[in-house]
Parts: sequence; structure tokens; C-alpha cells
Amino acid sequence: MTSTATREIVQFDNVGLRYGTDREVLSDVSFTLFPGSFYFLTGASGAGKTSLLKLLYLAQRPSRGMIRMFGTDAITLPRERLPGFRRRFGVVFQDFRLVAHLSAFDNVALPLRVAGVAERDLAKPVADMLEWVGLTERMHAQPAQLSGGEQQRVAIARAVIHRPEMLIADEPTGNVDPDMAIKLLRLFEALNRLGTTVVVATHDVHLLKKVPESLIMRLDKGRLSDPTGALRYPPRLRPRASSAELED
Amino acid sequence: MAFSLTPWRRGARDAELLPEGRLSGPMPWVIAIMVALTVIAAAAGLAFSNTARNASDDLAGGVTVQIVDANPAQRDAQAQAVVQALRATPGVIEATLVPQDQVDKLIEPWLGASAGGDTGIPVPALVDARLRDSVTGETLGGLRRALHGVAPAARVDAQSSWLGPVFGAIDTLRWLSLALVGLLGFALAAAVLLAVRNALGSNRDTIEIVHLLGGTDAQIARIFQRAIGYDAGVGGIVGLALGLVVVLLLGQQFAALGAGLVSSGALDWSDWLLLALIPVIGVVLAMFTARQTVVRALRKML
Repeated sequence: MTSTATREIVQFDNVGLRYGTDREVLSDVSFTLFPGSFYFLTGASGAGKTSLLKLLYLAQRPSRGMIRMFGTDAITLPRERLPGFRRRFGVVFQDFRLVAHLSAFDNVALPLRVAGVAERDLAKPVADMLEWVGLTERMHAQPAQLSGGEQQRVAIARAVIHRPEMLIADEPTGNVDPDMAIKLLRLFEALNRLGTTVVVATHDVHLLKKVPESLIMRLDKGRLSDPTGALRYPPRLRPRASSAELED
Repeated sequence: MAFSLTPWRRGARDAELLPEGRLSGPMPWVIAIMVALTVIAAAAGLAFSNTARNASDDLAGGVTVQIVDANPAQRDAQAQAVVQALRATPGVIEATLVPQDQVDKLIEPWLGASAGGDTGIPVPALVDARLRDSVTGETLGGLRRALHGVAPAARVDAQSSWLGPVFGAIDTLRWLSLALVGLLGFALAAAVLLAVRNALGSNRDTIEIVHLLGGTDAQIARIFQRAIGYDAGVGGIVGLALGLVVVLLLGQQFAALGAGLVSSGALDWSDWLLLALIPVIGVVLAMFTARQTVVRALRKML
């Protein structure tokens, strides 16, 4: 095994995905994600961004090809080991996927509860995270009582509350105003500086310019192009930030 | 909104992943009814068992000798001779002539108060004998041969044979009760299975999210298991109370009959303990069924 292989956090090799007997929505997708990098996944609507993200957060198995995650073959990964892998991700779903009957606080606390964090230990981080996304006043509101932008912020808070090794976000700024979008991107960047690999799917080209050091993967009709060479060459690792910087 | 048997469930953090009422609903009431019926069926089965056992113990060594002779003098003489002969027979521990007034009382419901006595319809004299061991065909044959010489009109029967059809019926009822308990247990498991499947379907989104956040099958199964455990616990206690009230009322009704065979079916402390265990068994069965159902369903998801 080469030294590069040991640094890879995710490796896709000729991955294809089809639903049922339909044509492939992803074809011959090959790329490597390195720890501490910031990736934008772009492409037109229907290009396969969400399908690719589903493969990344292990909600879907590919129809063909090879996927390695954290040095392990993710395709033959036994089902019992999936939860352990999934806890290393944070996912912001395009449709938020908040639990409808839980409050904003309980939705954000969910990954910590799933990981077995005691109630007394989760109150402060959850409250802090809600404060950061500007939802302290709304922490007891249920998703149906929140606006689209507020729901999105809850979804983002839930995705990052457990400081994941990889953050996967599907159109995370689609429903928030430009100021909040910038603020959320800064949060992603801060997490990235702490070592979290960030993958953000977006079709907002303006967003790409906000993170100059980001690497861009472009999907076109299920095939991946490599405009920045990120998929061919290991990226330059960014300097790590401190936890205090994130909290600031 | 339906009245909930489990108003305090909101406190449980895990259970909050399931919306209130999705799993609960009528489930505690269904379980309460199942448990009540199971308690009644089991109590009936235990009472039948006790009846059969006690009556069998009482009658196992019992022999009745009838002296069927129209002539009262000869009948009495033969009866006395039979008593003497039986008392002298090895293996017979007791032999008594049933007093005439008792015989008259026995036949009074069928033949009227004036049927007995010297002026009425001739009725057989009865000798009640008790053997050390259970009566077999061989011992019965031996007694018949021994008594034939002293009382040609004597008819010797094992007391257990009189009640043979009754024992058969009691045994059938006992098995029927057992079958009912089994069927009710099966019905409880089926009801839990349907409720859990329904809850799994209506909470599919939540379950998927918990899965994607790293929740394990065991964690999700535990949520359902606890929810159904609460329902089964509350339903079980209510069902036990209902069932015991019915059993006690029925017991009083049967006790009022005053019949020996019926009163011999009274429940002892171990029977009551067994009845009290029914809701516990119900909770375990419901939780086991819920867990198996959830785990099997989750295995079909990635």
C-alpha cells in the first residue's frame, strides 16, 4: 500500500449506480477525497449529485465499481459495521430530513444521543450550536413551526454537532439568505480547518468563489469531470484551526 | 383523542423518537383484554386440574358395594355381612354402611321425600369401602368373588368409575383452557406484530434518519421494545386486575353451589402466583415479538 493510499479518506474507482433496471445515473465515477480538504460538487439539476452523496454517506450501495472509506472496502462492509462508519460523517440532506415530532433542540441532539452521550453532557453543546446558527429562541419549536431557512440551519447544526470527520452537505445554503449562507460556509470552513473533510453539493456558482481553496468536482449526466485537478492530484492540506476558532 | 393508558411515557428519551400514540393507541387496551381473558382461561384450567386431582385422590381407593334386594330384612342382613367381610379383607382400611337417612337424601331430588324408607320404593343398601391402594380391575374382581358368598345381591363398583365420564369432561375442559391460553398468547404476539409493523411503516422516515446518523438496529429495536413494554406492562396490570375480579366473582358463585366436586377446584396460593405471572409473561412475549419484528424489518434496510 502506498503512502497516498493511507491518507485517503474516500476512494471511488469506476463506480456506477443504477436504480432498478433504469439507465445508470452515475457512470465510471472515480475520485479520491483526502482528509482536511474542502470539495464542492457541482453540476446541473439531475446530474447525479444527490446519488453520489448517497453513496458517500452509505445510504446506497453502488451497482458496480469499488468504494473504499477510511481504508476499508465500503461495499463489502458488514451491515453491523455501518453505524460506526456513519457516525464519522455529518450529513446535511437536501430536504433536511428533520424528525417531525422532535424539537429543534432534540433534532440537533440526535447524533449525540445515538452515539450514547449522556443527557447532562449534551445540553450545552446543543444549546451552543443552536446559538451559533441563531436559533436559540426557536430551540423548542418543531420543524413544522420553523421556516425553510430555520429548518436548514437545524439540519446543519445536527450534521456538525458531533464534529464529524467528513461533512457531506447537499445544497446546504439553498434556503437561507446570503448572509446566513456566508455564515454557514464560514462554519464549514472552520470545521474544515479542524480537519474535517467537507463535501458540499451545490449548483450555486457564486458559492464556489467564497471558498477559494476549495476543490471542485463537476458532475455531468452522471460522469465526473475534474476542472481543478483535485481528483488527479492530492490537494494541499489546509492549516488546522483550533476549537476556539470554531467557537468564535 | 383516545384515552391513553400510558400518560407518563413522554419522559422516556428513547421513546420520544416515536411520536406519542403511534405505537400506543389502543394497544394497552388490547393487551389488557388479552391478559384478562388469559387469566380467566388459566384460572379455569387450574381449577379443573385441582378438581380432577382432588377428586381422583379421594376416589382412587374408594369402592361402593350396593346390595340390591327388594326384601329389606335380607338387604340389611347382607349389608351387615358385606361390612364384616370387607373389614376382614386384607387391603381394606375402612368399610362403613351408608346410613339409610343419607341414602334417602341422595335419592330425594329424583324420587321425592317419600321414596325411601321401608314403605317406599326399595332402594339398595350402600357400603362405602376404602382400600389402601388404588382400585384396579384385579382388586375389584377379588372383592366381587369374596363378597359373592356372603351377599349374592352385592354389586361392587370402583367409585372412580362412576365419575369416569365427569373426569373425562373435566380433562377435556382442562386441555381446552390450556389451548385457550396458548391461542391468546399467539393472538397477543400477532397483535404486537401488527402494531409494530404499523409503527415501523409510519415511522420509516425517522428510522432511516436514525440509521443514517449511525443508529444501530439494536438501538432502534430497543425503542420499540420499550414502547411496547410500557404498553404491555400497563395493559397487563389492568388485565390482571380485570381477570382476577372475574375469577373471584366466579369463585364465589361456584362456592355458593356447595357441591363437593366444585369446591374441590378452589385455587391455592401457587395457582394465584401463576395467575399473577401472566402479565409478566405477556410483557416478555410482547417485547420479544417487538424486538424480533423490528430487527427482521431493519435487516432489509441498508
